[in-house]
Amino acid sequence: MATVRLSFSPAPVHVRTARLVGVAVARRAGVREDLLDEVRLAIGEACTRAVALHRQYGLPDPVLVEMSDGGSYAVRVVDRAPIEASIGLAALPPDELANESLTDEALTTGVGFALLAGFVEDLQVRPVDEGVGTEVRMVWPVGR
Amino acid sequence: MELSLATRTVGEHTVLEVGGEVDVYTAPRLRERLLELIDGGARHVVVDLGRVDFLDSTGLGVLVGALKRLRTAGGSFALVCDKEPLLKIFRITALDQVFPLHPTVDAAVGAEPSGANA
Repeated sequence: MATVRLSFSPAPVHVRTARLVGVAVARRAGVREDLLDEVRLAIGEACTRAVALHRQYGLPDPVLVEMSDGGSYAVRVVDRAPIEASIGLAALPPDELANESLTDEALTTGVGFALLAGFVEDLQVRPVDEGVGTEVRMVWPVGR
Repeated sequence: MELSLATRTVGEHTVLEVGGEVDVYTAPRLRERLLELIDGGARHVVVDLGRVDFLDSTGLGVLVGALKRLRTAGGSFALVCDKEPLLKIFRITALDQVFPLHPTVDAAVGAEPSGANA
C-alpha cells in the first residue's frame, strides 16, 4: 500500500494544492478517469470545511490530508476543531437554500455537505481516534 | 487555472463571464465583482459559467448571495451553464431549483426577468 501525506496551513490558497495532489495520487492509484472530477471536488470540499473550522476556532495547526491506495483509493482529511463530528450533515431543502434568513456560512456548509454526500458513495465523518478533531474519510474504487 | 472575470452589457442585462476555478480562495473576488455590479445599479445580471472548470460550495454560496440581493432589489439573476459536470453540482445541491439555468447567454437574456423568482 502506498501512502501520500500532505499537511498545510489552514489558508484557502492551499486548498487548490490539496485538490491537485489528491487527483494526481488518485490517477496514479488507478481511479477511473471519469471519477476524477468528483475526487477533485470532494477533496476540495473536505479541505475547505477543515480550513473554515480552523479559522473559525483560531487554530494555527495544519490540516492533514492522507491518501492511500490499498485495494481502493482512501482519502482522510483531518481537522483539529472541537466540534461534534456529525454537525451540519443534513442537506438543505431547496426552499431553504434561497431563504433570506439563512446565513452565507450556513448555506456554504450545507451545500458543501450535500456535495460530499452526493459525490462520495463511501463517506464517513467521525471524531479522530486521538485528541480533538474530525476526520472526513472518503473511499473510491480503483479499476485496473 | 486562475479566476477570470469579464463584464459586458447585452440590452438591459449585465453579463459577467467567469472562467477558471471558483473556490474558497477565488470566490471572494467573484463576490466583490458581483457586489460592485449590483451597487453600481445593475439589476438584471447573467453569470456565464461557460469557461468555469471548477466550482465549489463557496462559489455556489456567492451566487446564491447575489440572487438574494437582486431579488430584494427587484432585479433578476440567471446563470448560463451547459457543462454536465457543473449541472450535476446544481442538481445534487438542489440549487437547480433555485437558479434560472440557461444553456446560452442568448437564452438567458431572452428569458423573462421574472424568472429569477422561479
